[in-house]
Amino acid sequence: MAKIQKTVNTADKKPVYRVKEKPTAKGILATLFFTIISIIFVSPIIIVIINSLKAKTFISLETFELPNEHSYIGLDNYKTAITQYDFIKAVGWTVVITVLSVAAILLFCSMTAWYITRVKNIATKIIYLLCVFSMVIPFQMVMFTLAGTADALHLNTPWGIVIVYLGFGTGLAVFMFCGFIKSIPLEVEEAAMIDGCTPLKTFFRVVIPIMKPTYISVGILEAMWIWNDFLLPYLVLDIKKYKTISIVVQYMKGSYGRVDMGAIMACLVMAIIPVVVFYLCAQKYIIKGVAAGAVKG
Amino acid sequence: MEKTIKRYWPVFLIPTMAAFLIGFIVPFAEGIYLSFCKFTTIRDAEFVGFQNYIDAFKDSTFPDAFKFTTLFAIVTLVLINVLAFLVALALTQKIKGTNIFRTVFFMPNLIGGIVLGYVWQLIFDAIFSKFDTALKLNEVLGFWGLVILVCWQQIGYMMIVYIAGLQAIPEDIQEAAMIDGANRTQRLFRVTIPNMMPSITICTFLTITNSFKLFDQNLALTGGEPLHKTEMLALNIYETFYGRVGYEGVGQAKAVVFFILVVAIGLIQLKITRSKEVQQ
Amino acid sequence: MNKKGIAALGLSLMMAGTMLTGCGSGDSDGAGKKADAKGSVYYLNFKPEQDTQWQELAKVYTEETGVDVTVVTAAAGQYETTLKSEMGKSESPTLFQVNGPVGLASWKDYCYDLGSSQVYKELTSEDFALKDGDKVAGIGYVIESYGIIYNKELLSKAGYTEDDINSFADLKKVAEDITAKSDKLGFSAFTSAGMDGSSDWRFKTHLANLPIYYEYKADGIDTTDAIKGTYLDNYKNVWDLYINNSTTDPKQLSTKTGDDAVAEFVSGQAVFYQNGTWAYSDVSSIGDDNLGMLPIYIGADGEENQGLCTGSENYWCVNAKASEEDIQATLDFMEWCATNDTALKAICGSKGAMPSGADGMGFVTPFKKNLESTNLLVNIANEYVAEGKTPVSWNFTTMPSEQWKNDLGSALTTYAADQTDANWDLVKSAFVDGWAKEAAAAKSK
Repeated sequence: MAKIQKTVNTADKKPVYRVKEKPTAKGILATLFFTIISIIFVSPIIIVIINSLKAKTFISLETFELPNEHSYIGLDNYKTAITQYDFIKAVGWTVVITVLSVAAILLFCSMTAWYITRVKNIATKIIYLLCVFSMVIPFQMVMFTLAGTADALHLNTPWGIVIVYLGFGTGLAVFMFCGFIKSIPLEVEEAAMIDGCTPLKTFFRVVIPIMKPTYISVGILEAMWIWNDFLLPYLVLDIKKYKTISIVVQYMKGSYGRVDMGAIMACLVMAIIPVVVFYLCAQKYIIKGVAAGAVKG
Repeated sequence: MEKTIKRYWPVFLIPTMAAFLIGFIVPFAEGIYLSFCKFTTIRDAEFVGFQNYIDAFKDSTFPDAFKFTTLFAIVTLVLINVLAFLVALALTQKIKGTNIFRTVFFMPNLIGGIVLGYVWQLIFDAIFSKFDTALKLNEVLGFWGLVILVCWQQIGYMMIVYIAGLQAIPEDIQEAAMIDGANRTQRLFRVTIPNMMPSITICTFLTITNSFKLFDQNLALTGGEPLHKTEMLALNIYETFYGRVGYEGVGQAKAVVFFILVVAIGLIQLKITRSKEVQQ
Repeated sequence: MNKKGIAALGLSLMMAGTMLTGCGSGDSDGAGKKADAKGSVYYLNFKPEQDTQWQELAKVYTEETGVDVTVVTAAAGQYETTLKSEMGKSESPTLFQVNGPVGLASWKDYCYDLGSSQVYKELTSEDFALKDGDKVAGIGYVIESYGIIYNKELLSKAGYTEDDINSFADLKKVAEDITAKSDKLGFSAFTSAGMDGSSDWRFKTHLANLPIYYEYKADGIDTTDAIKGTYLDNYKNVWDLYINNSTTDPKQLSTKTGDDAVAEFVSGQAVFYQNGTWAYSDVSSIGDDNLGMLPIYIGADGEENQGLCTGSENYWCVNAKASEEDIQATLDFMEWCATNDTALKAICGSKGAMPSGADGMGFVTPFKKNLESTNLLVNIANEYVAEGKTPVSWNFTTMPSEQWKNDLGSALTTYAADQTDANWDLVKSAFVDGWAKEAAAAKSK
């Protein structure tokens, strides 16, 4: 017999009855299947973690093996990465740049996307097309000119580079937001405006809450791009003072192409940790936000 | 309603557009101008007309890179989107542990371009050395190596988008279809997918453009070896910049041509999928 | 003002504020150029390994003279990119480097004529100046040598000494003998000739130097638009020797790295390791009395008098487009580096040579006041010269382009994986036809 689960809708305190399905054989099989796939999926990351504990010469010789008494050097790679390459500071700057840029992109680009989807004229069409175009250019085409422009405007600090990222990331963000805004029912917005809300208020009170899942998606995409980006910050930032994680990793190669694989592995592990933490926290938020949105009146 | 919103354009548009101007439009326009010049740095550009474009097309590695990249884009487009969609479907069912699985599938995204390439190169070559070959010696292996790497990295990305899209489909539509007697497959193709068109548009566009623009992983995994056979367009452009003295302008020209091509492909794709989108 | 106006104004002010902050910090941290008639130096350094030492040296100079010296080091493999980008900015480098005639071709309009500068007069020989017609465009600041580094103990275990190897024929005999006995001996002749990016330059550039050198010598030229490949058979002989007498199966070479070769040498798996004086710190662990260096014989005429390959790939250039004060300040800085005791100690010395006690850069400079080196390999190179052996000059600086080197490397790797005549023909074609094509392409620009 199917169990009936009762939960309480937090919005209006009405009880909601859901049929809780018994775990079926199909379900268990699916779980098993995905567990195996997940392990395969994660294996490269595990390999990175294992190798971060080995001395660098052994990383390419014995890639898949666990550290043994010859290759195990404990946390030496981590120590090298932190002390010799000033890694913690780089993490700090990368976090600052990523968080600020993503916040700016999410706020401003969603506003722009909403405007150009709701107001249909030539100007907005052009803006949309420009945004789409901008997603397609290869970075090499603009890297020198972008660096020159940024330099002319003194944007070579972590604060300044946020503007560059906002500009460069606009294309993708506006494109994605437009896609989702189309699926928002117009009646909800119209109702709010009839009630006397200005477009700004409507946007903040009505549109943003509906778009929460989209914010998360876009935010993650942009964050991952900015977090891992190398060439843009390398060319724009004042490298004497500010380095990001990718820049530090690149410096771990010596001038004859020698790669300090050990330190790089350690850096990768250290770079992944804040992102995984962020993602795990964001995960909870996704579920909450989406559940609240799904149970619409 | 449109009229009311229209007047608010300064607030909604100016910050984004100002940054867009600085971060994209100006560098882009300069970039196009430079494609008609011979230059060492952006300050000393000399106008040379179409010479760079002629040189770009004389270089036989350019169309070869284009063929390779197109093939790659098609293969990854299909693989990534089908797999990501299936995974998203599965992980929005009530299976135990979906949250952990979602995190796991997304994790590959956390490792950045070039380093990812090196890690995978290590792994692939460790396997291939048992067969006396290596990624750089065989363009077929190089091709599939790149495909596997990019799929591994991107499936999590696209899965997130598809999950958000799936969860945005109002439940009542699904229930209505069930009441009407539709089975799972029918619901999938008649209800779910049409309502997912915005996500599908986005994911297809992203996969195509990402594949065409792929650089870091191409450089790190195969470096274009053997003999430029696994060189994709972005790497080809990069090599043009640095491979020979005085060819920076040609590199810019190639980049402009590349841009026009991909825009054309992207626009066609967008037209097809957008026309199928449903406004609530 | 209505609400939306205020909002727009507010947002714009925010953006402007951000930019102003950017402006502000830019000016205050700058080299204080406007107030200062002294000028300042901005050095774009090529070698990441020496970054900390240059930073320290720059500070010492600034304390002594009050002139600002900023040192930025480009990330590995990014020097050209960084230079191009930085040169397009308002504060561009005043001191940078090129790798030789090919690099110079890109930058010659940016090179100030150093002919009348003090530092030029400090050179021990004209050979170390990079000329553009009559203009002295660059000054070499590091001289390096390379050859076949070998492990004395292992060589004697195999029953040979350095005196037994005076020609390619000798080298071949010894190497093949070691290979035949390698199971008994427990080691191989050569380390892996890895063709990964960290190691392939040793063969597509350094090793390829020898056939080029001998061809130039035979024809009495020092550069060409159409190389003939007269000594390509010799090149094949030595490449075959490297790949068939090493620790690694030739088919595996494409993935072997520089680190792999070092590891093999240092752990006693091989006797011979082709590399140069810069590799000293990597190999010194096997002991100074255990290290030696042999010339790279390829079987050319007169090779009994062949020494190690010596030259420079690093030439200092001064930005001709910088301001007069900056140029002068840069020239002064260069002169200081070449003549001041503290500077020379830091640049030439090794252990504890920096004022802070850190290790020095260990360079050999072509300047008159160059200090003796504690780098054993450098001293071996000097011994060869003292014995009257002719050093092999670095002609690979005339290779027409990076593209040429990459194509050659690719062909070598393909050949190593499958040693057919057809594949060697690909190498020959990359070498000869590729050279003509690249030289023509460069000319057309």
